[in-house]
Amino acid sequence: MTGMPLLSLAIWVPIVGGLLVLATGSDRNAPMARSMALLTSVIGFLVTIPLFTGFDNSTSAMQFVELARWIPAFNVHYYLGVDGLSVLFVLLNSFVTILVVVAGWEVIKTKVAQYMAAFLIMSGLLNGIFSSLDGLLFYVFFEASLIPLYLIIGVWGGANRVYAAFKFFLYTLAGSLLMLVALIYLFMQSGSFSILDWHELPIAMGAQNLLFWAFLIAFAVKVPMWPVHTWLPDAHVEAPTGGSVVLAAIALKLGAYGFLRFTLPIVPDASQAMAPMMIVLSLIAVVYIGFVALVQADMKKLVAYSSIAHMGFVTLGFFIFNPLGVEGALVQMISHGFVSGAMFLCIGVLYDRMHSRQIADYGGVVNTMPKFAAFFMLFAMANAGLPGTSGFVGEFMVVLGAVQYSFWVAFAAATTLILGAAYTLWMYKRVVFGAIGNDKVAKLEDINGREFAFLAVLAACTLIMGIYPLPVTEVMHASVNELLQHVATSKL
Amino acid sequence: MSEMQNLYLVVPLAPLAGAILAGLFGKAIGRTGAHVATILGVAVALFASILIYQDVQAGNTFNGTVYTWATSGNLSLEVGFLIDELTVMMMLVVTFVSLMVHLYTIGYMQEDPGYQRFFSYISLFTFSMLMLVMSNNFLQLFFGWEAVGLVSYLLIGFWYTRPTAIFANMKAFLVNRVGDFGFLLGIGLVAAHTGSLDYAEVFAQADALSAKTIELFPGAPWLLISVICICLFIGAMGKSAQVPLHVWLPDSMEGPTPISALIHAATMVTAGIFMVARMSPLFELSETALSFVIVIGATTALFMGFLGIVQNDIKRVVAYSTLSQLGYMTVALGVSAYSAAVFHLMTHAFFKALLFLGAGSVIIGMHHDQDMRNMGGLWKYMKITWFTSLVGSLALIGFPFLSGFFSKDSIIEAVHFSTIPGAGYAYFCVIVGVFVTAFYSFRMYFLVFHGKERFGQAHHDHHGDHDDEEPSDDHHHGLAPGQKPHESPWVVTVPLILLAIPSVLIGFFTIEPMLFGDWFKRAIHVTASHDTIGQFAEHFHGAAAMAMHGFTTLPFFLAMAGVVLAWFFYLVKPEIPAAIMRTFKPLHTLLDNKYYFDKFNEVVFAGGSRLLGQGLWKGGDQGVIDGLIVNGTARTISLVAQASRLLQSGHIYMYAFSMIIGLCVLLSLWFSVV
Repeated sequence: MTGMPLLSLAIWVPIVGGLLVLATGSDRNAPMARSMALLTSVIGFLVTIPLFTGFDNSTSAMQFVELARWIPAFNVHYYLGVDGLSVLFVLLNSFVTILVVVAGWEVIKTKVAQYMAAFLIMSGLLNGIFSSLDGLLFYVFFEASLIPLYLIIGVWGGANRVYAAFKFFLYTLAGSLLMLVALIYLFMQSGSFSILDWHELPIAMGAQNLLFWAFLIAFAVKVPMWPVHTWLPDAHVEAPTGGSVVLAAIALKLGAYGFLRFTLPIVPDASQAMAPMMIVLSLIAVVYIGFVALVQADMKKLVAYSSIAHMGFVTLGFFIFNPLGVEGALVQMISHGFVSGAMFLCIGVLYDRMHSRQIADYGGVVNTMPKFAAFFMLFAMANAGLPGTSGFVGEFMVVLGAVQYSFWVAFAAATTLILGAAYTLWMYKRVVFGAIGNDKVAKLEDINGREFAFLAVLAACTLIMGIYPLPVTEVMHASVNELLQHVATSKL
Repeated sequence: MSEMQNLYLVVPLAPLAGAILAGLFGKAIGRTGAHVATILGVAVALFASILIYQDVQAGNTFNGTVYTWATSGNLSLEVGFLIDELTVMMMLVVTFVSLMVHLYTIGYMQEDPGYQRFFSYISLFTFSMLMLVMSNNFLQLFFGWEAVGLVSYLLIGFWYTRPTAIFANMKAFLVNRVGDFGFLLGIGLVAAHTGSLDYAEVFAQADALSAKTIELFPGAPWLLISVICICLFIGAMGKSAQVPLHVWLPDSMEGPTPISALIHAATMVTAGIFMVARMSPLFELSETALSFVIVIGATTALFMGFLGIVQNDIKRVVAYSTLSQLGYMTVALGVSAYSAAVFHLMTHAFFKALLFLGAGSVIIGMHHDQDMRNMGGLWKYMKITWFTSLVGSLALIGFPFLSGFFSKDSIIEAVHFSTIPGAGYAYFCVIVGVFVTAFYSFRMYFLVFHGKERFGQAHHDHHGDHDDEEPSDDHHHGLAPGQKPHESPWVVTVPLILLAIPSVLIGFFTIEPMLFGDWFKRAIHVTASHDTIGQFAEHFHGAAAMAMHGFTTLPFFLAMAGVVLAWFFYLVKPEIPAAIMRTFKPLHTLLDNKYYFDKFNEVVFAGGSRLLGQGLWKGGDQGVIDGLIVNGTARTISLVAQASRLLQSGHIYMYAFSMIIGLCVLLSLWFSVV
């Protein structure tokens, strides 16, 4: 186990593979590009499996650590490692990459090599984010990951893709510039770019507050938290299916992960002081966005808004500072990876056939696509947090944690039980149930083997995690306890 | 013991296996395969339940974990079983009624293209319901709770092309979610203040809980236990359809009749009653919560009964009767007569399943016409259905010696002895309710089985009553002129007979152990000062004596008055009801509109939510955030950016990838091993 630089492999296998796919060039070689991409993504996932099987649940220390000098002049290192907070995201990301490659198989017909390469390279970069223990390295990966996603939306996106791509890019770039300032400040204070060193660094309250805001702006945009969320619906609507899947399943987790890796342990006193504000913002995301999701006419927009509401649960869980909340939030992040990914894939399946995302253009899909309707039902229910699916686990834990914090916070959060069911099932009713809505629906063909495969895999993940989440929560315990210890210890 | 534990697992897993077989491999195993697999699964569950019942009677109860679901902090979330007298009684009721309904479905759904899917759903329901009743903790309770809700949703919308069905199933799910919202908060409070979700551990701390207060509003401390119990009860109000969360149940009649019997009468809707009985150690500590329970239950019992009087759809009459009977059970819970509530739950499960399946048999005989105005005189053509329905109706109105008499009379007596605030109002409601029950039940009975034969004529024009039971609208329904109704096949009538037997007998034989013996001693906890059943016990001298005495009491006279009035109005002078309807037009309009609950919800909650959503979206997101803050910046920058994009003329991705390659080079350039 110890010999292999597993994290480096997790990062560089997809990137190098992606570059090779890119080298296949024009669309004449598309079949080769697809096969190579699939092979790369599968190898990329296989190398992450030992991270889980070899993971030691009993310690909060970083595992699979790799340390090498990178820029000695500034004490910057190529420093990788994972703990209970990050390891699952490396796996999730590598897993989702396979699905994205499969989902784009026949659907993407132009610039195939470039499309596949973009996803593979992004997958490597995202793994880099989750495993960086050096602040600057983190920043490089964090920013670099914007580029492929920007391209995916801008090149393979819908009609209004340029606007959406720029909105996405600028929104998030503006946010992360402040983070760079924060990182440099921390380096000046500690003489190191090691994130773990920063966890121990004493910081005065005034500086903590400034750092908190710098991180907040960077991460809140990524999550996205209300009110800096408006880029997400546009990005989703214009992105191709694979782009939406990666955006929802992985990219949204970056901001939330940033809170855990940077904000909470580095500026615990400011985090404590700002917690009420963060909780209020999170609750606004749950309630306000829940209502907004209800009235969306575009399926992708609806699921995008539902993602924002679900991420509100995540930030809520973080800032109530108890194990149930933080672990529930982490579980919610993983589950959201499966469920929202699956929701976008389902919408993609419909879009590929009908070229419309408007709910009004559908109706009675179950009559012609019964298998699809069954899968979509499962994912819709998971999205509404039904017990037995992964969607329930995180919500349940966060609500339980929230009651410990305050009854009224839990009260507001639990409205998602009603709102989430309302917007999801109302959409499902209008799209899937009913008599056949129009001639186009009458001509629909049910899912093919390829579509069945990726939906079935996600369905299995959703159910297994809903029925037996223990292995997932056990990975987190030690690291979450350590994190909460950090938050409870003043740095003043 | 471990053999018993394996048996416990068999009970829920056998129906689940059947459900999976029929659901995922329905095409492969065919129609026969599907019903054989699911019926076998449920039969195994029933048989195992009987063995477990004998084991419990021998004094062996069980409380243990099957597996740990998740852990967090000090909280361990588990899946486990609590097998005691209450559980095993529920297991028997659920598996028995489920088996009857499975059997019946072979006949009822014969021609439906969704045959396998239907069997899969009802077996999945049986699994979920068993997980609910067998749970030893709040997590699994909630799992079963929502899972039965899911199956109910799937089954109400079983005929998914019908607009009314897919509206009704969404409504049912959402209204239940409102209840679950309260339920979840209640569970959260329990976890936060006891550090456990295990029943036994929570109940052990009940006394400590009762000393705590919680300040929900500044300066107004509430007893924590009251808040917990009311939150939990809100969950029960959703599932057991108590006012004002009852609105989904009448609409749920859009589903096929077998599930109306199984889910929306006998089992699922009684989950709330079961849950409160299970939580008796908590509810006993809060008189506030008990008062709340009484008032809600009594209101449901009486006012939902009134609505049964004006229905013309045979299934809807039975549905409102179910609402009213659930109200009776809830009242019993409120006066601490938990055992009477559970007793009524059991008798009701038999006679109400019987009534629903009887109604279904009538619907088959009428070729899927559900309007009672097109029936009449059916007794000649459907002897078994007629006789079993009569038995069910008599049991429902509490005719002495039948099972409903014992359970309903026990509730009335318990209410009479109660001193909890609200009990006086409840006594009035349950007494008047007896008359109302008898009236609407026999109105239905006379309209359907006696009087002039009104079928086979040109149809009344009753549209707007949601009264067609057809999967597709193009299919003609009802009897053609001259056509006669016919008795249903044996798969339909045998379950009717098998359900009629306990409807008659079970009350007589079980009232003594269940109410006055020590059958529930371990499962149900009653504080001495609330012990209404204990007071009633002093007047109890055996089931036979109680039934004989039952002929001389006020409820009996009220019930008879109801029957006689129904006979007079609907057989002797059918013009009277019409005249009354005209005279009391406003009252009839109020009842016809179900007290305007639906209208209110549609306008205020559904309409209000959409309006709010539009406002937040157009005003908040698009207006303020995008319009004022983002767009100015974004527009300027995107102009600049688009200008610079022109310079790259289509090779932008190559450009960006070269940035990444640059990054790689940069990394390796500085790379040196420590």
